Amino acid sequence: MASPSLSFSSSLSTTTTPLLRPSAFFLRPRSSSTISAKIREIFMPALSSTMTEGKIVSWIKSEGDLLSKGESVVVVESDKADMDVETFYDGILAAIVVNEGETAPVGSPIGLLAENEDEIAEAKAKASAKSSGAPPAATPPPPPKAEVLISTPSASSSPPKATGKVVVTPYAKKLAKQHKVDVNKLVGTGPFGRISPEDVEKAAGISPKANNVAVAAEPAPSPPVVKGGASFAEIPGSSVVPFTTMQAAVSKNMVESLSVPTFRVGYPVATDALDALYEKVKPKGVTMTALLAKAAAMALVQHPVVNSTCKDGKTFTYNSSINIAVAVAINGGLITPVLQDADKLDLYLLSQKWKELVEKARAKQLQPQEYNSGTFTLSNLGMFGVDRFDAILPPGQGAIMAVGASKPTVIADKDGFFSVKNKMLVNVTADHRIIYGADLAAFLQTFSNIIENPESLTI
Amino acid sequence: MQSAISLSLSSQSPITRSDFSNTNNACLPSPQSFRFCGLRREAFESRASLNTSSLFSPRLHSHSRFNKVFAALESNGTTSSSVFDYDLVIIGAGVGGHGAALHAVEKGLKTAIVEGDVVGGTCVNRGCVPSKALLAVSGRMRELQNEHHMKSFGLQVAAAGYDRQGVADHANNLASKIRSNLTNSLKALGVDILTGVGTILAPQKLKYGKAGSGDTTITAKDIIIATGSVPMVPKGIEVDGKSVITSDHALKLEFVPEWIAIVGSGYIGLEFSDVYTALGSEVTFIEALDQLMPGFDPEIGKLAQRVLINPRKIDYHTGVFATKITPAKNGKPVQIELIDAKTKEPKEPKDTLEVDAALIATGRAPFTQGLGLENINVETQRGFVPVDERMRVIDANGKLVPHVYCIGDANGKMMLAHASSAQGISVIEQLSGKDHVLNHLSIPAACFTHPEISMVGLTEPQAREKSEKEGFEISVAKTSFKANTKALAENEGEGLAKLIYRPDSGEILGVHIFGMHAADLIHEASNAIALGTRVQDIKFAVHAHPTLSEVLDELFKSAKVKVSTSNPVAELVPV
Repeated sequence: MASPSLSFSSSLSTTTTPLLRPSAFFLRPRSSSTISAKIREIFMPALSSTMTEGKIVSWIKSEGDLLSKGESVVVVESDKADMDVETFYDGILAAIVVNEGETAPVGSPIGLLAENEDEIAEAKAKASAKSSGAPPAATPPPPPKAEVLISTPSASSSPPKATGKVVVTPYAKKLAKQHKVDVNKLVGTGPFGRISPEDVEKAAGISPKANNVAVAAEPAPSPPVVKGGASFAEIPGSSVVPFTTMQAAVSKNMVESLSVPTFRVGYPVATDALDALYEKVKPKGVTMTALLAKAAAMALVQHPVVNSTCKDGKTFTYNSSINIAVAVAINGGLITPVLQDADKLDLYLLSQKWKELVEKARAKQLQPQEYNSGTFTLSNLGMFGVDRFDAILPPGQGAIMAVGASKPTVIADKDGFFSVKNKMLVNVTADHRIIYGADLAAFLQTFSNIIENPESLTI
Repeated sequence: MQSAISLSLSSQSPITRSDFSNTNNACLPSPQSFRFCGLRREAFESRASLNTSSLFSPRLHSHSRFNKVFAALESNGTTSSSVFDYDLVIIGAGVGGHGAALHAVEKGLKTAIVEGDVVGGTCVNRGCVPSKALLAVSGRMRELQNEHHMKSFGLQVAAAGYDRQGVADHANNLASKIRSNLTNSLKALGVDILTGVGTILAPQKLKYGKAGSGDTTITAKDIIIATGSVPMVPKGIEVDGKSVITSDHALKLEFVPEWIAIVGSGYIGLEFSDVYTALGSEVTFIEALDQLMPGFDPEIGKLAQRVLINPRKIDYHTGVFATKITPAKNGKPVQIELIDAKTKEPKEPKDTLEVDAALIATGRAPFTQGLGLENINVETQRGFVPVDERMRVIDANGKLVPHVYCIGDANGKMMLAHASSAQGISVIEQLSGKDHVLNHLSIPAACFTHPEISMVGLTEPQAREKSEKEGFEISVAKTSFKANTKALAENEGEGLAKLIYRPDSGEILGVHIFGMHAADLIHEASNAIALGTRVQDIKFAVHAHPTLSEVLDELFKSAKVKVSTSNPVAELVPV
């Protein structure tokens, strides 16, 4: 068992220190050559004889906080217990190298302690240098805040100062801190105009959890980080740009999609009739997207299994409505506005709806149900001349359709006559737990029939 | 606390009374050692009465007892002297009065109990009992909502929800059930329940009656005041019972606010924060002292804050007073004005909170109104009835008032239901002619959050202060729930047990537990303190494996005492 509370000290002081245990020395000077600056590294302590790495449970102090001898600075979880780690030096916590919830091997630096304010900047530089060398997961760059230079103990201790009357609920405050949302810039929609957790979640781009009474902020399961990620070759001069929230969401969804067993079925569809129809209805504001969405929706009506979802690996969930999500690229991001009840709306309404959705998406004003309620996704790269591609099935849906460009193709009919017809390749990716090959084939056949005889689309 | 203690009926008891004292004297030169406790003493001294009865029930203060109907040793006695109507009249039928009444009947005293409200007092009707019902619900909600926790068991649970009225009914039903058990146990023993407000008219004389229906005057050889307490509401706070409430209202769970401020972060506030956050509310604590949970051992408090406060939807303001709280009205939320507790200046940057509800949990004030204390020349101190260590009431001149005792919240020594009951039993012991002083340091306390917090004896700072004053050394031992098999099986490894002891003698000064079932685990420690058991002896006691009690086993074993076992096994028992 480790002693109840540990302290860290510096090896600069060679004289005896009133320490409980010699093993508690885990703060050493940054470098012996620079004598003037006393920036000390705070090391992951060995809390037990069997401990090889420790997890930071929480930093009791924040960057910029003044520390005085004997104060608890950080809580470390070992294989046996959580221990408070105390400082044996006065100083300023200049930088946190290993954040809460992250793990570091015993003896590796977890934070930097500066002796005075002047050294904070240097310590920070040191910390960011450390970050770049270390595995990406363990080292989020310390936020380059100007305010740390002020470094009065009170400056960092209180939550954002409310200049006007900004009322923020306790959980909203926590979320804002977690997602780095400035509550002063939000407009509260809660009772009495206060800022609710939902407001913060919206600002952070998170769809609110279904279970909003969920408590205990469990550390989110860390995304599967490539082990030994540090071994990627560093190419000089490269710039690292963090994901935007939207990009992070895409990334998360894509990684999640790997857990679903998918397969793909392609189908050539003749489009001469569709093209002719399109020319006719185009002046009335009908878009190709609306035509394809309508056709897909009509085919789905006949093949409800393709519109179903497998949520738990054991059941089919047959969706009551057919909501066609259409993937669109938007300023470096990707979003899927949803045409709800696409089977029930007529082409013109659908086209109008689509126009609205695209405008909202550009203005970043889509409501969650306008981008996350899809039951089937349509992705069309035909306008770029792509003739075929396959799509990744988004989590929570049964199938996604990838539409290629329509182009003139030489066709031999059963009598041996050649002709040239426009054909496009349609490729559907589906969840094989619920949708089988024959299902997709039948669905595509229906879809192809609708496209080749498109009169029904206008009804 | 467990009430069943079985005494061997054979005349050979493994430890005799004299052995016990010798043990004490051998290793305990210090006079303030805990010489005896009521239970042990009672158990041995009442052995004589075993002959006359087939059933012997040691009296322990515990709610579980209320569920039993006792076979009375004898019916409510006839007064020993015909001069008085009763040998003993107890004013207040709470847990303290009830415990005293049961013990008095056992001792053959003719007993009456005066109650102006409902039997059961605060604990049963507006305190510990209904709150345990709410906490039982919150514990399950918390578990069901914790997807991570469920997943780690391999369990799948669809979204958990609750029906507010159903939860409220559970609390209410529990209170009425315990109340009727309590009433029945008094009736079964033949204790007279006198309805009305009791007022002392003179020593050994009192009246009771409901307003308007006339008073009845009775005489009693001895009187015990056990009138308890009511929620304390600091001035400036307007309680409307709807949006600004006390624990009395909160236990009815008439609504679950989206955001509730809890003024005070002691037991009551903490337990309610557990209930409200489990039911989906967000909570803001307002604490006048500089840290949350001021009554707890600092280390336990720190850990508790990390588990019970930080990850939940709770924030807090410490070092502030709520000077004014206005209930919600005219479409405005509850307004709370805060000032800095030290400077008395409005606290920046936010001097006003706007929330949906406020729960006042700033403590409890003694209830002594209408008791007629002036008739026996007693002046309350901050509302409390002054008493000596034997619960004898002290008058304005500092003299003992003969035949009047005060137990429980009304004397303020230790405001816990079971402490009151223990004090009552101590008084009855004295009335039966045996001197008895209750060791308050052996009385455990618990806070029923998830996980629970419990403690007995001194906190580490208190022990340090005492050790410096009296010149002895103290040591601290700790064990974690993380190393306990049962805790890990339950996925509840979060927790700490802490022992404060004297390495020179092995005396246990305090034990603090934070973790699963801490409230049930503390009794091994409190009994050890009560019986004067030393660390070096208790470490040889065997604990079933795998159980949570091994946390304490490991705790005792990790303590380093400089003396060897004081009492080796007296007799080899072949098996």
